[in-house]
Amino acid sequence: METYKLTVNGQPKEVAVDPGTPLLWVLREELKMTGTKYGCGIAACGACTVHVAGIATRSCVVPVSLVGDRPVVTIEGIGQDPVGRAVQDAWVSEDVVQCGYCQSGQIMGAVALLKSTPKPTDTNIEESMGGNICRCGTYVRIRQAIKSASQQLKSGGAS
Amino acid sequence: MTAATNFTNDLLSRRSFLRVSATAAGGLIVSLYLDLPLAAQEGGQAKPKAYPPDAFVHIKPDGKIVIQVNRLEFGQGVHTSLPMILADEMDADWAQVLAELAPAADVYKDPVFGIQMVGGSGSIAHSFQQYRELGAKTRAMLVAAAAEQWKVTTNQCRTEASVVHGPGGRSAKYADLADEAAHMPVPETVPLKNAADFRLVGKKIRRLDSRPKCNGSLKFGLDLDLPGMKVVLVAHPPTFGASPRSVDDKAARSIPGVADIFEIPTVSKGTAVAVVADKFWTAKQARDRLRIDWDLSRVERADNSQLREKYKELAGTPGNVAVARGDEKALAGIAASNRIVAEYEFPYLAHSPMEPLNTTVRYDGDRAEVWAGSQFQTVDQMAIAEILGLKPDQITFHTEMAGGGFGRRATPDSHVQREAAAIAKRFTGTPVKLVWTREDDVQGGYYRPMHVHRVEIGMGADGMPSAWRHVIVGQSIVAGTPFASFIIKNGVDATAVEGTADTHYDIPNFHVSAHHPTVNVPVLWWRSVGHTHNAFVMETLIDELATRAKMDPIAYRRKLLKPDAKKLHGTLDLMEEQSAAWRTKLPAGHAVGFSCHESFGTGVACAVDVSIENKRPKIHRVTVAVALGLAVNPLTIESQFQAGVAFGVSQLMAKGAITLKDGYVEQSNFDAYTPPYIIDAPAAVDVHIVPSTEKPSGCGEPPVPVISPAVVNALSRLTGKRYRTLPLVTV
Repeated sequence: METYKLTVNGQPKEVAVDPGTPLLWVLREELKMTGTKYGCGIAACGACTVHVAGIATRSCVVPVSLVGDRPVVTIEGIGQDPVGRAVQDAWVSEDVVQCGYCQSGQIMGAVALLKSTPKPTDTNIEESMGGNICRCGTYVRIRQAIKSASQQLKSGGAS
Repeated sequence: MTAATNFTNDLLSRRSFLRVSATAAGGLIVSLYLDLPLAAQEGGQAKPKAYPPDAFVHIKPDGKIVIQVNRLEFGQGVHTSLPMILADEMDADWAQVLAELAPAADVYKDPVFGIQMVGGSGSIAHSFQQYRELGAKTRAMLVAAAAEQWKVTTNQCRTEASVVHGPGGRSAKYADLADEAAHMPVPETVPLKNAADFRLVGKKIRRLDSRPKCNGSLKFGLDLDLPGMKVVLVAHPPTFGASPRSVDDKAARSIPGVADIFEIPTVSKGTAVAVVADKFWTAKQARDRLRIDWDLSRVERADNSQLREKYKELAGTPGNVAVARGDEKALAGIAASNRIVAEYEFPYLAHSPMEPLNTTVRYDGDRAEVWAGSQFQTVDQMAIAEILGLKPDQITFHTEMAGGGFGRRATPDSHVQREAAAIAKRFTGTPVKLVWTREDDVQGGYYRPMHVHRVEIGMGADGMPSAWRHVIVGQSIVAGTPFASFIIKNGVDATAVEGTADTHYDIPNFHVSAHHPTVNVPVLWWRSVGHTHNAFVMETLIDELATRAKMDPIAYRRKLLKPDAKKLHGTLDLMEEQSAAWRTKLPAGHAVGFSCHESFGTGVACAVDVSIENKRPKIHRVTVAVALGLAVNPLTIESQFQAGVAFGVSQLMAKGAITLKDGYVEQSNFDAYTPPYIIDAPAAVDVHIVPSTEKPSGCGEPPVPVISPAVVNALSRLTGKRYRTLPLVTV
């Protein structure tokens, strides 16, 4: 057991866990933030995607001991960010979700994409979102929502 | 679960016309009870069931209207569309409507199937009438209450947006009338709206569950966190039905947080090892450290290569007859040059819903409480009761939102729930959450069965098939389950031949038979069930026949379809019209592929634009036409079809197969059993609905069968090859 100080969604947190515990399970079981999902445990589905220092990261394979002082943002906090809020709103207005289980990860991936590439092409979307599985298959509406969020942000919907 | 749901559950066995009760939340809930003859009851054998609206509608003092959904929501959208149906007839203010997933109870059973379930694309088909009547009766009682108060006749009142309006400008909110309304006699019959008067039905209404699914606040079954809860992982035998010879759990027990490790029986008559811990990660670490010597000597070790040989051999002989029409010997009279002999192979497929399987049980001695995302609530409730030695009504069963399912959460043997109950029984008073990891799920069986089809077709001078002999080989999904008695007839499991035996193509001499070998691999319905393989065989062969006849594939289908196959004719026409603009100017290297198929009462036709990129099919565009009677929520239908065709692409994935070698499943996670990613799915899907006011049919499964045959039909145009073996390893 080791103690780790983390910054999650801007809040300081402290957890005492085994150093090998993946960030995913620290979020879910220690901090009770269950919006980040367990899908595969091997970084093959993207359901557990969070931002670590702004980079979309598969939290199921990142031991908490490697997080260090880099800030972590999860689906619970991404709405505080203007891009995050725009993406969530686009997801709702485009009626993207079905079962919804993968969508935390999809949204975190989409926010990271729009932050680096504000006007993504279909190829950008396919590359950036290429590792996120939606078993329901909502990919067409995910594309639409990313484009609609991009449009919204460009027209000054967010400050 | 909210207080309202618990409240409903507690009252289910009682009957009264009024309940006004303080809830745990402190508010008042006015509950209306009434008996409803079941118009949807088909077959006429069972007694009409009563559906007390109390169990379905709560009008809260603040105007909120809580509608219970008698089905699991796992993506398909019933959590929005069933409330829409009720709210429409009730003239409820949609902005005030909330939906809740109902717990397991008699009153929430599917009106046709008689168990509480999601399956057979039956949610809207079976509950449309039920929810309309519930809404209309609730409205009638509210109107009666207002009329009595105002000393007017009910004819003088009208309703809109949760308000009753009477003569002289009088009006009253539903919330203020609910108390009085509950005293009103329950109308035996009520007029239902004309389609023209629908305010919600037929409109594109967005989902009610989007926001909490987009901000992480929605709790799925796996997210459940109860005080003192334990998390359990189970080490299952590597071969179905096996047991440990010995278990060394020393290292596992040394991990802090491990509560206990013990053996439990599995449904497949083997033994597994349960690891109970304080947290998932602890349980996972401990399970990884178990040293188990498995005894495989007494179990059949299924092996794909052996199964394949056996199935191919069986396919060469006629099986139990599903349909025999016309002259059985017609084929013999057709010259070899006018015959096609085709053999198809389909692998086992795992459902792999994104939320891994889980169930939480707390056993309290004389009662138990269960939380599960289940497609079969009352079946699972009964199974848990059996394990705990309780009666089903001693089990409070909460329906949790589920992250997908596709059939995987509808297990006739309730194997996950039985495991969870067996474990919980040893921890009285402690909630126990059983989790199947992704690996457990991929390797855990309950697959779409592997199949071999052998088809011999003889063509007439007009290029149309005049004789068709079809043998289907695959395990029965329902053999040995309570479903067998009405699904297996004459030794044929109807779910294995659906889509072929009942084809709408008019083939004069038509013979379909089936073999159902017994194999030590648990099998299950996988979204669209037998249509997954039958539509592929039928639609690729029809396309091949059209090519040989040098006919347009749409015209060929139209000519071969029975004139009374109205839904398919309607969808072919609409698909042809809607795809014309892009079909006629395809870029070089692209080809169009078609298919049409009816399943679960819904007709579908599709056209796909496909090219080959990196030796894989690239699906640029899909145009889908759908005939499903009245379109209750066109937005749900559009979404289900857009996403459902992507789900259907699973069958074509290069790593889209579960295989067994010497009794071991060779895949364990998404790296080796790979569902479609965004790059694999169609880039654009436009969905067109054939206008209709007829009884609605479902849209959950019908998108799946059409896509894979349409894609390979396009590939055949590009490569000249025929594709008869799935998954599609090479193009």
